[in-house]
Amino acid sequence: MPKTDSPQGSLDLLVLKILSRRPRLHGYAIMTAIKDWSGDVLRAEEGSLYPALHRMEEAGWIRAEWIVKDSGRRARMYELTAAGKKQLSAAESRWQAVTSAVNRVLRTV
Amino acid sequence: MSLWSRIVNVVRGDSLSREIDEELQSHIAEAITQGREPAEAAAAFGSPLRQREQSRDIRLIPWLDSLRADAIFGWRQLTKKKVTSAAAILSLALAIGACTGAFRLIDALLLRPLPVAAPERLYALSREAFFDGKIQSFDGWAYPAFRLMRAAVKDQAELMAVSYADRVDLTYKSDQEMEKAQVQYVSGWMFGRFGLRPALGRLLTVNDDLKPGAHPYAVLSYDYWRRRFGQDPKVIGRTFRMGDDLYEIVGVGPAPFTGTETGTVTDVFVPTMMYPGVVHDDWTWHRTLAQLKPGVAVGPLRAKLDATSHAFEEERAKGFTGMSKKFIEAFLGQKLVLEPAAAGASGLQNDYRVSLVALGLLVALVLLIACTNVANLMTAQAASRAREMALRVSIGAGRWRLVQLVLVESAILAFLAGAAGGLFAWWSAPFVVSMINPKDNPARLALPADWRVVGFGLALTLGVMLLFGLMPALRASAVKPASALKGGEDPHSRRRTMHALIAAQVAFCFLVLFVAGLFAATFERLSNRPTGFVADRLLTLDTVAQRDEASVFWDQVADHLRGVPGVQSVALAGWPLLGGNAWNGFVSVNGAPPGPVLAYFLAVSPGWIDAMKIPFIDGRDFLPSDTMPGAAIINETFARQFFKGENPIGQSFAKGGELPCKVVGIVRDAPYRSMREPILPVVYVPFHRIDEHGALQSVRDATFIVRTASANPLALASILRREVPRARPEFRVSNIRTQADLVRAQTVRERLLAMLGLFFAGVALLLAAVGLYGVLDYSVLQRRREIGIRIAIGAPAGGIARLVTVEIFAMVIAGALAGVALGMASVRYIEALLYQVKPTDLGLLALPSFTILAAALLAALPAVLHAVRIDPVAMLRAE
Repeated sequence: MPKTDSPQGSLDLLVLKILSRRPRLHGYAIMTAIKDWSGDVLRAEEGSLYPALHRMEEAGWIRAEWIVKDSGRRARMYELTAAGKKQLSAAESRWQAVTSAVNRVLRTV
Repeated sequence: MSLWSRIVNVVRGDSLSREIDEELQSHIAEAITQGREPAEAAAAFGSPLRQREQSRDIRLIPWLDSLRADAIFGWRQLTKKKVTSAAAILSLALAIGACTGAFRLIDALLLRPLPVAAPERLYALSREAFFDGKIQSFDGWAYPAFRLMRAAVKDQAELMAVSYADRVDLTYKSDQEMEKAQVQYVSGWMFGRFGLRPALGRLLTVNDDLKPGAHPYAVLSYDYWRRRFGQDPKVIGRTFRMGDDLYEIVGVGPAPFTGTETGTVTDVFVPTMMYPGVVHDDWTWHRTLAQLKPGVAVGPLRAKLDATSHAFEEERAKGFTGMSKKFIEAFLGQKLVLEPAAAGASGLQNDYRVSLVALGLLVALVLLIACTNVANLMTAQAASRAREMALRVSIGAGRWRLVQLVLVESAILAFLAGAAGGLFAWWSAPFVVSMINPKDNPARLALPADWRVVGFGLALTLGVMLLFGLMPALRASAVKPASALKGGEDPHSRRRTMHALIAAQVAFCFLVLFVAGLFAATFERLSNRPTGFVADRLLTLDTVAQRDEASVFWDQVADHLRGVPGVQSVALAGWPLLGGNAWNGFVSVNGAPPGPVLAYFLAVSPGWIDAMKIPFIDGRDFLPSDTMPGAAIINETFARQFFKGENPIGQSFAKGGELPCKVVGIVRDAPYRSMREPILPVVYVPFHRIDEHGALQSVRDATFIVRTASANPLALASILRREVPRARPEFRVSNIRTQADLVRAQTVRERLLAMLGLFFAGVALLLAAVGLYGVLDYSVLQRRREIGIRIAIGAPAGGIARLVTVEIFAMVIAGALAGVALGMASVRYIEALLYQVKPTDLGLLALPSFTILAAALLAALPAVLHAVRIDPVAMLRAE
């Protein structure tokens, strides 16, 4: 099955969900997680991941922190905030509503 | 955190970029550690620059960031040309500061509402009458008339009597420790009507103002309480003596209220009923303020007050004797006027209203000249930056982005100038107030620098920025890349605008110079007007006795003072000449009915004419035995007016219904109460006054005139102050002034106007010359190719000079002509400030014209020299 970009508007949801399960990930790890957890189906476009992360950070859903890794290189680690948890549940239920509606349409036709 | 962190990120823009870059780099590094090919990882990631820009825009406020970038760029542009920028900022700062300072004064004196309830419903009553061929206004009222008017309009308005603030002697201890305080007699109900609350104790009420002489209570102003008593709360219940009455302090007023006489901070308020003249229907001693009830129209109220006042005066005029019919008619023809008094009512306002507005307009013109300069500077700079602008447009800058770029630079200039100007205004407004202060009675004008002043300064700065920055910004942003890169659009259009601005600048400059010239000529003529007496070495000692004292006792004190070393001569007078006091009446010559002209009187002792060094024309000085009525010495104007060429010596005339006086001498004219008015017909009468039974009358206060041997009469002041009570302990010197100071005080306003006028004229001329130089220099620079070619094909130097200057000088002349027209049109608004100066005076028109022309020639010289020295070979090689 060919890899596809994450569907419209789902990138935020995926990032929030991943961070809710696994706190403190850097950008590359988030990207890998999207790929792995979707069974290699979804992949986040590498270029659009960081503007999305920064936007969510500005919105206060996630916060970031610089750490020094064992290799001596600095990495920016992200984790969910309280506001982010609230946003995640709202986005999740909205996603459910949308997909079930889409499924209903698909079944009817 | 979001908005704040984005604002912070604007400031730390560079480190933000580094941070984002580092994160993106660590992503690629991570990919490589995971075993991906470096090239593939980088390709998959895309352009880091684009992502950094995207992230940056998210994490800061883009418009603020571009503003910051423009500000930095603008600052670099300004610091690149340090001298030009500094000159621009300095000239703008001076002009903005002067305008803000002028506004501060105008606001404090004329605009700022009193800190009382409903100041917008407060009006002042005055009367206008046609006397001596011109309309004269007078705001003094007699208390009985006030009482009638108050009753007549009690349903529409509350009337309040407020005396002229007077600096009087009072004492908290013994008579030897007299001190001065500004005292005002006010209606008891004023404080309640104004909605004022006491800071301490109680304020006066309607019950403190019922019966003449029955309410010796006083309220201190907060300012006086602080200055005199250091805010001591035990001040309540203390007493002071003023005149013959002992007053008890009952309270302290609220801090912001300093009285209703703007320009004077009242120290002590006492009830009107304590004023000795409160029962007299011919003592006009207080202003009348009216607080209108809400919704009351001014017109009908004025008519009602007018009718009441008129009926009162008509009744009173029935008792007039010794006045001409014409005068009584004019007197009864007075019209009552109601004027808004939200900002209070004071003589300082009347004296300086026109002057301050005129000065304000002068500095506004200077500001316009400075703006024009900077506009021209910015236009010239925009021209040299046309290629840079074209490049910006080519790589996608929008028009508003370019407008912003240039405007931000203007804004930096304007706000730096505004800040410096604020400092200048801070200093200059109190300086001007201190200039108009007589030494013995300083005006105290509250000059707060609050939001009104700061707001004005900011609005002015913003306006200035738009005025000089907007046009060059729009012009620069309208650049067409193609034509700019080809070598520029129509080069003349820019020059045409600059030339029009030069014409405007010259017109404004002419106006400033012209008006300043009028002020200077007025001052010069007024201060060179002969006084008719010799003011040097003269001291005037205003002296009061504890009670009325026989005039021979006054003579004794004068005798004692004559024995003081360093004193040349001593004489007595009712008051000093030019002290502002006046005593007038109608005279009838040789028993004829009184004429229509008022004569002015001054009681003087024998030797006064001599001490003042007023020359005798004929006759003799008073003898110690002369009395008033009985003998009189007249001045030339009196002789001309009343004796029409006959020899007045030995003739007699009478003042009002009194006994006749025989003229014993004629002296040369000397101004009586003011240097500005024509010489009045003056009668000097003997200091010894007798009543109708021939008994000598007593005197409460008078002035000793002392001529000293030393050139600095004030050196004797403290000795004389001590010697007066030593001669008779019940006498006390209340005020010492030099006659020279009294003369100088006559020209305080004219000196101020002349000094500030000339200063700003100098500034205007300098700015206009610098502006002219800048424009000429720019146009030579712009036309150097053309000039080089002309020189190469043999044009003479004169031709080149004509070529570069002819347009500019046409503009200068056009501007000067416009300035003449403006000057002629504006001069009638300042006529009241001028003295024996005609605006059509050829000298007063020629002087500014020649000055401007000379300045223009001087300013043109460097550019012309530059033009004729252009080396065609070097120039063409450079191209």
